[in-house]
Amino acid sequence: MLTNIDLKKAQAVTGAEAVANAMRQIEPHVVAAYPITPQTPIVEYFAKFVADGVVRTEMIPVESEHSAMSAVVGAASAGARAMTATSANGLALMHEIVYIAASLRLPIVMPVVNRALSGPINIHCDHSDAMAERDSGWIQLYAESNQEAYDLTILAVKLAENENVRLPVMVNLDGFIISHGVEPVEFLPDEKVKEFIGELKPVYPLLDTEHPVTYGPLDLYDYYFEHKRQQIEAMRYARKVFPKVAEEFYAISGRKYDFVEPYRMEDAEYVMVALGSTNSTIKYVVDWMREEGHKVGLLKIWMFRPFPKEQVQQYLNGRKAVVVLDRSTSFGAEAPLYEAVKSALYEASARPQMGSYVYGLGGRDILPEHIRQAFEDAIEGNLLADEQRYLGLRE
Amino acid sequence: MALKGWKELPIGGVIDEPGKSREFKTGNWRVLRPVVNLDKCTHCMLCWLYCPDMAIEITVNEKGKPQMLGFNYDYCKGCGLCADVCPVHVIDMKPETEFLKD
Ligand code: SF4
Ligand code: SF4
Repeated sequence: MLTNIDLKKAQAVTGAEAVANAMRQIEPHVVAAYPITPQTPIVEYFAKFVADGVVRTEMIPVESEHSAMSAVVGAASAGARAMTATSANGLALMHEIVYIAASLRLPIVMPVVNRALSGPINIHCDHSDAMAERDSGWIQLYAESNQEAYDLTILAVKLAENENVRLPVMVNLDGFIISHGVEPVEFLPDEKVKEFIGELKPVYPLLDTEHPVTYGPLDLYDYYFEHKRQQIEAMRYARKVFPKVAEEFYAISGRKYDFVEPYRMEDAEYVMVALGSTNSTIKYVVDWMREEGHKVGLLKIWMFRPFPKEQVQQYLNGRKAVVVLDRSTSFGAEAPLYEAVKSALYEASARPQMGSYVYGLGGRDILPEHIRQAFEDAIEGNLLADEQRYLGLRE
Repeated sequence: MALKGWKELPIGGVIDEPGKSREFKTGNWRVLRPVVNLDKCTHCMLCWLYCPDMAIEITVNEKGKPQMLGFNYDYCKGCGLCADVCPVHVIDMKPETEFLKD
């Protein structure tokens, strides 16, 4: 994506500052947040925008993440555009209300700065926090870079608020690597962002006292199932609407988003699949191995929920081997991304060999040599679909 | 009341009109049915005061005094509070199975 940035117009900022600026431009009616490492600088930058009168947002400094999510649920039900941001244990503490936000169909956008869940306590990057919420009914997007974290935060607002979607969106950015790392970011003009997201059209706003509604009533065996079916349908719509939203974003930014990003895939026989910032390292390794004549490629996953099964099938069917990298694990089962990709390929007419590699838990560094090793396993035909391997782990 | 399919319902479990709880007949939760002996009732209104579902039916007579009439079985969910608070013990809680033929 860096190739699509005009470096003359770009500024060197951290991912946190980039996301805080997206929030400044979105200018939500309400932001309720509680600081947690490594999300803290997002909230700090945004609180400064509020204190300086740069935005008219009502900022609610709450006493916990459970309250942060509860406050944005309240605000969104009232008819406000509402946002928060969190990480790891903060997200875990929100869990109850995270599920409710999706169930109430509230289009809340939440940057999640990915960090390992305790315990033992660890503040560094992995995806265990977001993966614990993969079945909460939120749309999940994953950023590779600071620019993507900024872009996806803006794009998420339009996706969430689409009348047929009306689902909350988590914008995942890797803790420290993106949140605290400095990269060039090209900001869009404020008015372009405002024009792109438009005015929020609230559905059943509680503050419309002419049309009183009830949120969160008892929903027993006679109706709960139907409401879950509606959520399943909304995810299907999210898949339908996303390319249109991405197209509109391309028109204002020149940066094209999709469910997945294929990298050097045309004739690739050995393909890696991954989420988040590690994709940059994989691209580096792909270039390195391509110079040596290896037919390697990358399929980066931008949207993990809803899972882009069709695109995964389309890009991976008929390849010799597929290696999936997971920055989280599912104790007692296959790692989340591997499981999803493997399941998608069940219906493929020419199933590739498959291998699962878990890496980077608790912020463990992932080196180009590790990625190369996994590619080499694939090239040598040394992959076992039922074996989970580890990159950078001491035996 | 015919139950609606998922395509017809407002999203998010929202109830989009006020006063809809009238359509929710909690009476079908009832296992025990309160029955009053009005001959011995003193019309003290304690049952009316305590009933959590406003299921005690009353009227006000010519002298301006409230009169206990019976129960609204559409909403009475059979909690038995009325029988418990009645100072003259004239409300009996009877198993619903006794009324099955009605
Ligand atoms: S049983 Fe409970 S709900 Fe029914 S009339 Fe008595 S107090 Fe009301
Ligand atoms: S509490 Fe007993 S006596 Fe008083 S009104 Fe009710 S049934 Fe009659």
